[in-house]
Amino acid sequence: MFKVIESRMVVPNIHLLTFHAPAVAREIQPGQFIIVRADENGERIPLSVADWNREKGTITVSMMNVGMTTSRLASLESGMSIPTVVGPLGNATQIEKYGTVICLGGCYGIGSIYPIARALREKGNRVIVILEARSSYLLYWEDRFATICDRLILITRDGTRGFRGHVGRLSEIITGLGGPVNRLIINGCTFLLKKGSETSQPLGIPTVVSLNPIMIDGTGMCGVCRVTVGSATRFACVHGPDFDGHQVNWAELLQRRKTYLPEEVVPLRTSRCEEHRHTL
Amino acid sequence: MPKQLPEVRRHNFSEVALGYTAELAIEEARRCLQCPTGKCVTNCPVEINIPEFVKYIAEGDFAAGIRILKQKNCLPAICGRVCPQEEQCEGICTLVKKGGQIAIGRLERFLADWEAAQGELEMPEIPPATGRKIAVVGGGPAGLTVAGDLIKLGHQVTIFEALHKMGGVLIYGIPEFRLPKAIVQREVDYLKKLGVEIITDFVVGKTRTIDSLLEEYDAIFVGSGAGLPWFMEIPGENLNGVYSANEYLTRMNLMGGFLFPEYQTPIKTHKRVAVLGGGNVAMDCARTALRLGAETRIIYRRSRQELPARLEEVENAEEEGIVFEFLTLPVRYIGDENGWVKQIECIKMQLGEPDASGRRRPIPIEGSETIYEVDAAVCAIGNSPNPLIAATTPGLEIGKKGNIVADEATGKTSRPRIWAGGDVVTGAATVILAMGAGRRAARSMHEYLCSL
Repeated sequence: MFKVIESRMVVPNIHLLTFHAPAVAREIQPGQFIIVRADENGERIPLSVADWNREKGTITVSMMNVGMTTSRLASLESGMSIPTVVGPLGNATQIEKYGTVICLGGCYGIGSIYPIARALREKGNRVIVILEARSSYLLYWEDRFATICDRLILITRDGTRGFRGHVGRLSEIITGLGGPVNRLIINGCTFLLKKGSETSQPLGIPTVVSLNPIMIDGTGMCGVCRVTVGSATRFACVHGPDFDGHQVNWAELLQRRKTYLPEEVVPLRTSRCEEHRHTL
Repeated sequence: MPKQLPEVRRHNFSEVALGYTAELAIEEARRCLQCPTGKCVTNCPVEINIPEFVKYIAEGDFAAGIRILKQKNCLPAICGRVCPQEEQCEGICTLVKKGGQIAIGRLERFLADWEAAQGELEMPEIPPATGRKIAVVGGGPAGLTVAGDLIKLGHQVTIFEALHKMGGVLIYGIPEFRLPKAIVQREVDYLKKLGVEIITDFVVGKTRTIDSLLEEYDAIFVGSGAGLPWFMEIPGENLNGVYSANEYLTRMNLMGGFLFPEYQTPIKTHKRVAVLGGGNVAMDCARTALRLGAETRIIYRRSRQELPARLEEVENAEEEGIVFEFLTLPVRYIGDENGWVKQIECIKMQLGEPDASGRRRPIPIEGSETIYEVDAAVCAIGNSPNPLIAATTPGLEIGKKGNIVADEATGKTSRPRIWAGGDVVTGAATVILAMGAGRRAARSMHEYLCSL
């Protein structure tokens, strides 16, 4: 069992969960993920890791409460336990001295882009962090980013902070920076990854995206996370999760992510009603 | 052996074969000629003294029988169910010529189930602790065997399992109706009682490398299995509704998908499923799909005679109503406008000259394209060894197919203190062959540990 050290909703519907998982904390690197189960009958879901403390043996994930498992995870309190926290899985994001690097994070990806930006800065890169959210009240960790990046740029859909709009504004932001951008790294929802990659392609900026397909075991065994990159089928869990954003077949990935959309709401409808009835 | 009737069992996940009663077991055991040659023993990968345990069954002394069995096999309830006995002990039985071979597997299963029904398992005497520590990577049949053998010799054993449940393919792969999960759990519990330490949710190669484990353990056995599925590499393979056998079976078995939504891993309700391949795994997938209400066909490029699956499983599948399309090769999947598979285009084959495997090579017949309407397809054409350990263990010799190279007689790898066995060495094979490899590796590891 893995103990919950801290659980809080950092902004509406986005939760930060810290687990005691010393074996994972010892080895985790930026860009890697874990797989968790919320209870004994639970499904296995992958979550990107946003932070860790090797001495205390803890890891922190940022996740959005969208389905059965994330809603159960969101309701955890410190002191409670979950049966599975396994990792670190996938390959670490490649951290080298590139020059100027843009780290773009949206929603739950704001959490997982943080250790990547931190590591890139430590490596001597000029790090520009761009955070995207629907509205200013959904932005988090600006203070943490401020200490590890050279410039922090915000985009909100409603224009309540920073640029108005979405990742489509990336092109003009890059132009406005003046100098060359040597690399773009994106963490977040598939839409953000796709749109960001499409924007950077004509600008010729090498773009790395952290893909988030459906997974079960996360060790290469089941192949449900397969994605087409260039002309090859790759398993996101063992060959990724980072891939060249200009080579990913986005239509296929978006399609495959929808496989269980109708089923995913079934446990939400049934078992939670049962629970609700008990409490009445 | 009594079985659930096909029209009943095709609607449930309970075990198909019901097992012998004591009377039936004694009657069967009495037919054994007790040949002095004991050919059945030499054909058993773990060298069980078969005539002896059969003799005890014939005498009604089941306790003595199980003791003999367990000297060589720590997983009798499992082997009695899933071993290909027809190719091993039973295949060489003196009575086989008249088709009257002793049903050794069924007798083995009977003893194991009889013992479990008695409640208290007999615990072997364990010699004083040697102080040697062994890490076993992978909680499947090879790893369980190594752990069982070495703990009984007084060594300290820890098994590291990547998934959240022990058992490897016995848990994620083989369905409930062929191997009830409670039986696997029983065998794992037995190892725990013997003192084996079990750590699940731990991916060796990721959570910790082999080299890091070697700092703490005297020797390591790698039995990480054949966990990387092959696909046909034909157009449309990434359409929604196309599964690897591993995914399909893992969803159902490990994750309890057939009990969705009580178990939260979602599954789709399919109406027409095609399973590609002809091995035991293909039979397992097809029979699972059938039980979930789908009209199910198996598409296989050779003929019935070449099916690699056990005859018993093929017959079970046929009785249950699975349609076999022999001499048929899928060439592409066709999707609908939403990216879901809706058809499989196949081409008919004819058999030519024998190939390297000794089976007649299938050759496409031009112009014989056929289309099958489906809403799901399961690709059950095999697996390669899981690459995680190979990729993270420098100096470990790896074969062409990604397998760990290990000596067949001892399980020794190219690196000192590391042994390997089972599917990670041979590629996908059987439970008993993995156990046999585990047995030989344990023997070699014990020799090494005693020499320290």
